[in-house]
Amino acid sequence: MIEIRANSALNTIQDRGRPRAMTLGVARGGAMDMLALACGNMLLGNEPDAAGIEIAFFPFRLRFLDDRAFAVTGARGPVRLDGVDLPPDWAVIARAGQTLQCDAPTEGCRTYVTIAGGIDVPLVLGARATDLKGGFGGLEGRALQKGDRLPCGVPATPGVPPHGYGLAVRCPMPDADATRVRVLPAAEYDDFTAEARHAFFQTAWRLTPSANRTGYRLEGTPLAQQRPLNLFSHGIVPGTVQVPPAGQPIVQMADANTCGGYPKIATIIESDLRLLAQTRVQGSIRFVETTRADAIAALRAEARDQARRADAFAHLRRMLIPA
Amino acid sequence: MIRLSMAGTGAILLDAAAGPFDAATQRRIWAAARALGGAPSVVQAVPGVNNLLVTFDALHTEPDAVEQLIRQAWAAAAAEEIPAREVEIPVTYGGAFGEDLALVAKHAGLSEEATIAAHLAGRYSVAAIGAMAGFAYMTGLDPRLAVPRRDTPRLSVECRAVVVGGGQAGVMPCTAPSGWHIIGRTTLPLFDPHRPDPGFLRIGDTVRFTRVA
Repeated sequence: MIEIRANSALNTIQDRGRPRAMTLGVARGGAMDMLALACGNMLLGNEPDAAGIEIAFFPFRLRFLDDRAFAVTGARGPVRLDGVDLPPDWAVIARAGQTLQCDAPTEGCRTYVTIAGGIDVPLVLGARATDLKGGFGGLEGRALQKGDRLPCGVPATPGVPPHGYGLAVRCPMPDADATRVRVLPAAEYDDFTAEARHAFFQTAWRLTPSANRTGYRLEGTPLAQQRPLNLFSHGIVPGTVQVPPAGQPIVQMADANTCGGYPKIATIIESDLRLLAQTRVQGSIRFVETTRADAIAALRAEARDQARRADAFAHLRRMLIPA
Repeated sequence: MIRLSMAGTGAILLDAAAGPFDAATQRRIWAAARALGGAPSVVQAVPGVNNLLVTFDALHTEPDAVEQLIRQAWAAAAAEEIPAREVEIPVTYGGAFGEDLALVAKHAGLSEEATIAAHLAGRYSVAAIGAMAGFAYMTGLDPRLAVPRRDTPRLSVECRAVVVGGGQAGVMPCTAPSGWHIIGRTTLPLFDPHRPDPGFLRIGDTVRFTRVA
């Protein structure tokens, strides 16, 4: 059991979301940075679908009510267990009564706390992820509040080495000068003017403060269409870059509506959407054109890397954890 | 003529729209969605309005194979009749529950009472479920009530608000932003994630609104 010691409307329980509930109108949801959550679960030997805490508001504090291995991954910033600094992307065992504090990150903006055994809230529509709009999943369908006590599952492995261990190769964060995300052209790409298509790729975009789990509004050279389009509502996925009539793009994020009606110029590829999720407000964003073959190659390479890392950590646990 | 386009690495959008909404095309979309939804390589086949989004696992599935599957499913799909359920939705119109009723009436050139009567007279069909959990895009709205959506969406429209927008009818299943116009309120819960069948409305349902005094 862990107890939350800080209020925020932005910190929620997340897992891999509900990709099979889209026909009900339910957002895919889940962690905005799936790789960071996956790495935390991997360090702990959790199932990949175990739920953790996505933190987007700092400082964040939680107290362990029993001895429990945990990991902190994602955005880089000060992380302390009872005042003692922890290395980045690290997993270690907390003792009952200890307090974990995550302060505002210096790089990236979403931190994930994962717990051995996962956070054991009920499955709703196949996942534990919080759906804030629908008001279900997570803890009572809402953000975490001070005093919330979260039950944890039974750990699948004996835990982590006595002094902890961490990722040697960290999850990539956005480049300092600009977040570069690869995109595939979407259905209405050719309906934009040549100037707009040029500006989309050749100019920088700024992330406005209207950026949450539902969508990120960007600002830059307005993108014009050759003629106004009136589209019927159609299914959209996280990563879709819509362009409403005013010409400023909106990127659909994890909690995006499952259907929309605005023209779509492009879709950020699955492997890169987490980089946008880790981009801070006012940050600069550049779209890089890619091909479907390259996008799939990136996705598969990432999955292979993750599988290799999971094997390596399982091996380390066998070597370093006393039986 | 259908158009297929990429929706990222793991999804393909089939667009079958040709001009105004077509009911026969929509029935064919449902049939193709049903066929594709059962295919092992498909994660979800999500009907939109005269279009269909197909998601798949790009780690293990080649997009070209999914494209071929979609084309085959579309070619084989007939505009099937779904055994339609008849569903009634009770509505309290106007007043505090329908703040846009006057605006819709003005646009339609009708009195508020005649606007309500036009909404009540419709026999609606659930074309697609989406946007929000349990939100049904209903066709069959009296064209006079087809007020364009608000230029700026409201940041919050109450759960159970009865709305019209872009020539369609709907009911809010949760409190969420919306650019549609509010004409009334129902008491029916439209989505409950804990029910075996979470959505109150299903694709193909025939819907009638009834008036609560």
